[in-house]
Amino acid sequence: MDKSAQIVAIIQKVSGKALTPDSAESLFDSGLLDSFALPDMVGEIEKVFSLKIPDSDLTPRKFDTIERIEQYIEEHGN
Amino acid sequence: MAFLKAFGSYLPERVVSNAEIGARVGCDAEWIRNVSGIDERRFAAEGESVVDLALRAAQDCLEQAKMKASDLGMILVSSGSWERQFPGPAAAVASKLGLDTTPSLDVPMASAGSLFGMSLASRLCESLGPILVIGAEKMSQVVEREPMERGVAILFGDGAGACLVHPSNGFAKVLDCGLYSDGAYSEDLKLPFESPLEMNGRSVILQASRKIPRAIASLLDQHRRRAADVAVFLMHQANQNLIARVAQALEVAEDKFYSNIKNFGNTSSASMLIAAAEWSRSHSLQPGETLCFAAFGAGFHWGALLAEGAG
Repeated sequence: MDKSAQIVAIIQKVSGKALTPDSAESLFDSGLLDSFALPDMVGEIEKVFSLKIPDSDLTPRKFDTIERIEQYIEEHGN
Repeated sequence: MAFLKAFGSYLPERVVSNAEIGARVGCDAEWIRNVSGIDERRFAAEGESVVDLALRAAQDCLEQAKMKASDLGMILVSSGSWERQFPGPAAAVASKLGLDTTPSLDVPMASAGSLFGMSLASRLCESLGPILVIGAEKMSQVVEREPMERGVAILFGDGAGACLVHPSNGFAKVLDCGLYSDGAYSEDLKLPFESPLEMNGRSVILQASRKIPRAIASLLDQHRRRAADVAVFLMHQANQNLIARVAQALEVAEDKFYSNIKNFGNTSSASMLIAAAEWSRSHSLQPGETLCFAAFGAGFHWGALLAEGAG
């Protein structure tokens, strides 16, 4: 499974919705995720991609779209 | 050595329902309950000030402790919604308690102020004597600033809580506390002098969801205790969904976290002590049992305090 598909699977898991957002669509402004789903999503990203995201990187903007999440993983992944 | 001797609280009479606040900001009662766990909150009367709220909680706490104001070595008042720039409310509260020389210290810190106050008091009381820590907030005057913002207006309420920290006796001995601050997020939750409170809710929740459990776990580790061993967690009543996430992160049942946010909303720095006062009226801590306080707020400032039932 490619990164994008893995991210979509995470979003579907934490949102409980079987939707596939566009890669540039805001996950929060679109109403797909609420504020409390954000820490859950970040936790899942860490688990699935074996990442340890430092608090200083935890800005909502970095995890607002599939594109941005993918970019973060590219830059910080193993 | 420091002990927790008693708690006290005061909630204003006026009950403001979700339906009432929702009608003002365009949302319904059920939505407010779902996003916050809040059903209603209290608003102070127009002429009721932060000092008035603090005084009532102080009097309740002194009565519970069976002590007089003249026994106090210091008064410490936290408030993020105090009505003027200076002086802060602490000296006025002391004066209304009949004290004219007792040092009184303001902690102008929203949400985490009571926790920081208790931690300071536990370190200072051996040299100064019993310290009364008060958290008092009139958040209604903040949320009613125009334009009212939905995400802010639904959360907050007014009230005051107090805790007597004593150097030689009490129902619980303070074991330790861990306090933290990170000003990198100072723009994410702020109250300017005149304009409405500004909150980046996503950032607050994201950081709080990680920092609170970590502060608690670190303190528990240092004292070789597990979260499951804690008798009760008394946390800042910010949002029931946040309390649930902290419980989940610590792998304990949500009901280990005492909660009264349903009835009083988020009363900022007063909330943890209001919850503590309510808990203490119907529960007692057995010798050796662990009590854990935790808070997180604007700054960001956060931390935890561990206490153990005294024999």
